[in-house]
This record gives sequence, structure tokens and C-alpha cells, in this order.
Amino acid sequence: MDDQLKNEEHTGTSRRSFLKKSSLITALALTPDPVLKAAEKGVDEQIASAIETMPLNVMINGVKQSVRIEPRVTLLDLLRERLHLTGTKKGCDHGQCGACTVHVDGERVNSCLTLALTTEGREVTTIEGLADGDNLHPMQEAFLEHDGFQCGYCTPGQIMSAVCCIREGHASTPEEVREYMSGNICRCGAYSNIVDAIMDVKQGGKKV
Amino acid sequence: MNQFSYVRVTSKESAIAALAKDKTAMFLAGGTNLVDLMKSGVTNPERLVDINKLPLATIEETKTGLRIGALAKNTAVAENDLVIKHFPLLSQALKAGASPQLRNMATVGGNMMQRTRCHYFYDTAMPCNKRNPGSGCGAIGGFSRMHAIFGASDKCIAVHPSDMCVALAALDATVIVAGPKGERKIPFGDFHRLPGDTPQQDNNLQRGELIIAVDIPFNQLSANTHYLKVRDRASYAFALVSAGAAMQIKGGNITDVRLALGGVAHKPWRLKEAEAWLKGKPATEENFRKAAELSMAQAKSQGGNAFKLTLAPNTIVEALKTAAAQA
Repeated sequence: MDDQLKNEEHTGTSRRSFLKKSSLITALALTPDPVLKAAEKGVDEQIASAIETMPLNVMINGVKQSVRIEPRVTLLDLLRERLHLTGTKKGCDHGQCGACTVHVDGERVNSCLTLALTTEGREVTTIEGLADGDNLHPMQEAFLEHDGFQCGYCTPGQIMSAVCCIREGHASTPEEVREYMSGNICRCGAYSNIVDAIMDVKQGGKKV
Repeated sequence: MNQFSYVRVTSKESAIAALAKDKTAMFLAGGTNLVDLMKSGVTNPERLVDINKLPLATIEETKTGLRIGALAKNTAVAENDLVIKHFPLLSQALKAGASPQLRNMATVGGNMMQRTRCHYFYDTAMPCNKRNPGSGCGAIGGFSRMHAIFGASDKCIAVHPSDMCVALAALDATVIVAGPKGERKIPFGDFHRLPGDTPQQDNNLQRGELIIAVDIPFNQLSANTHYLKVRDRASYAFALVSAGAAMQIKGGNITDVRLALGGVAHKPWRLKEAEAWLKGKPATEENFRKAAELSMAQAKSQGGNAFKLTLAPNTIVEALKTAAAQA
């Protein structure tokens, strides 16, 4: 672990030194505003910090993950591209469809609008973390049973959202479920079956 | 998304100092609007100052009302017992906004700071005086279905998209902000601006100021309230027109009333003239209709949103009727 840290620090320093040596070339080649401005001011430190990665420690599906990422990486991209947890889907990437819904500290959020660094020290649950080994979660079972999907792309987000819908106490009636599931869009239009699945789990009384 | 640097702060002082030090920096709270704007290239901060660790999420009763911390999540406020008891209009407005996921992320301060959802503002290939001052307004003479009927200028006809702010305007809230020169209070009605010649300025916050909390004074308006939001689908859509109404009714007469509209102007649109006219009058549909007509005196269509000239007064009447019909 210590060695690994040392290596990472070493890499960071090298990159910074490289940038310092070649700031003009870098600035001209990359030419985003921050870099150009920083170069004009001779503030190489700022160039480095804009491109540097930062450490992130986050618990994902019960496993502690320690990674270094750029500040602009969203939780969704961290899950899919870095940790290869591709169950969470990228739909609109603008917080308008809910396909990326995951739980952070037990609350459902849009992972596409969550910068990964803001989850430092927190607990994330994705669709991969919902089942108990080979036993599907009751909500997963209910979606199968009720055909709560056609193409299936929105399904992980629907299921993660549905679990919270019940945990929050917002699944008393089909009308309430429709309102509190409105953050998850299904272009196939499986809504009525999704509502049936959620009502079934709610009425079945199994722990979600 | 452009590259940026990121820093976490744990005190108000360090947050304010971080922004004062770097003119390209912005505060990051829930991020539901800012991260989206950064993805679209509409807003390009070079540094984000993450304020989520600041101890500003409490909701507490004071001698004169409730103080709601700027970092309280929309869900936490909407479901808070004190808020539901004293200011049900605020809870109703919050629940009408966005989706459960977004309400779990979005904060009170961030909700106030959110930018317009005007399509021309979001599309960096289009002219927009708010995004790029001096470039013109694509919405004027363009697709103006969502746009303002009150207080627009020849530079900008965008509307403020918040539901929460409509309730806070109606409830006479006060915004507490802290900056390099200390704390100050801003009456909610003076927080957001009309576009005028500087639509790039959504509000009257000074550079480096941080929203700390919102104070709402107690009132006698909790029994008869209703927030009515009219939109293109039943949930999870921005308002075409929304109306927040809160009344005190004694013996069939309106003794106090607050009324504000959303989706019609560059800021939450308080209807003080209609309120004054209604005070002391019987709570009847006829009077609600007259108050609604009075409210529309200054309304002006932009073409594509001409339907709002009919929809807005109807929404006012319906909100008042429903509020009056509460127990």
C-alpha cells in the first residue's frame, strides 16, 4: 500500500514537472481557456491542478474502492468506465431519464449528475449490489414476474428507484407509485407492469 | 465537460475565501443544474468549490419563524414536519418540482441559483444574451412556448424555472447570505432580478457571496393553501404556469392572502395587487376571477406563449378555489 502510494505520488510529481517544462507547448496544443490563461500568467501550478487526478475512497456495493480520478468524472462514468459495473445505464446523461439511478447512503440519486469526488467516504449501491448472492432481490423477481420491461435498458434504474419508492413509504397506491416513479422514463412504455411489480412487492410485505 | 480543479471546504470562511481568490471558481452543492450546464458547455468554471460538507443543512424553529439551511435537500425540506405544519405551500411546491432522485440531491440554495431552462440558453450554437451577452435573443421571434409573459425585456424573455421559489416569494421569506464583507439579508422578492439590459445576472448576489439560509416568518396562512402546477405531463416537467396560493379565511371572508406565479417571468411573480384587492372580500369564485383578471393587466404574449394569457388567470382561479376548499 505504501509503495503504491509512493508510486502514485511519484507519478503525480513527474507529470507536474513535465507540465512545467513544456507548459508553452502544452498550452498551445491543448488551448482550453484555463490552460492558456494560466500559461499567460506563468502559473504552471494551476495548469497541473486542472489536469491532475484526485484520490477517492468510496464504498461500492460493500467493497471499498480507492481510485484516482479527474474532478470531472461523474459517478456514472466511474462505475461504468473505471469499475466496469455496467449494470447502471447511461440514458440521457442530463438527469432527465433516471436510467442511471443508484443509491448513495441509501437515497436514490441520478449518478450522471453526481461528480464522483462528492461521494468521498459514502456508500454507493448499484443494481449489481442489490441481489443476495444468487438470490434475486424481491424487486428484481417482481419485474420478471410482471414483465416490467421490454428492451430492459431503463430497468436497472427503474428497480433501484422502485426499491427506494417503497423504503421511503411512497408506494401506498398505484397513483402514488406513478408520481414517485416519475423520475424514471421507459420509452417502451412498460409503466403499467412496472407499477404492478412495485405494488406486488409492497403488498407482499417482503423486506426491501 | 471542460477540465477544472476541485476543492472541498469545511467552513463558510474558507468557502468564501476560495471564491474571492479565484474569479473562475464556482460553488458546487447538489450539482443537479451546474453539472448539467458544464456538460453542455454553457457554464465553464475552472475551479469547483464543493460546499457540501458545510454545516448548513439544518431546519430549525426560531422565535419568529423557521430557518432553513441553504444545504438542506429539497426532499428533507418537503418532508420536514415543521415545514408541513407551518408552511404547507412550501412542501407542496417542492414536491411538484423535478423527480424524487433530483430532490434528494438538490439543495435550497442551489434551487434558488438554478438557471433558466430556455432552449436557446442551453444550445451554445444559438444566440443568447444570458449566456453570451450581446449575442442577441433567439427566443424573441423564435420558439417561445415556455417563455415570460411578465417583466420581459427586449434582451431576454426567459423564465425562472423553480417551484420552491414561488412558495418562498409568496411566504415573504428572507435570504441570508455571507460574503467577504460579512452577512446580509435580502428579502426574497429582491433576490432574483428581471432581465432588463443585463439578463446574464439572474439575481442580486454579489461575487463571492454564499447563501447561508432562508428565514420564513410565521403566518396564519397554513389552513388554506394550494400549489397548482400546469405542465405538459403529469409529473417531472417544468411549469408552463404554476400558482401558489395561501389564504386565511374567517366567516367566509379572506382576511389574509398570498399569491405568486411560476413559469411566467424571470423571477417568481408575486401578485400583490390581487392580494390587496382580495383582502376583506368573500372567498368566492367570482372574486377569484376578478383578482386573476387584475393580475393579468401587465401581461404580454411573445407569440408562441399566447396561450399563457388564458392559462395563467385560469390557474390562479383554480389554485385559489382549491385552497379555499381545504378544511
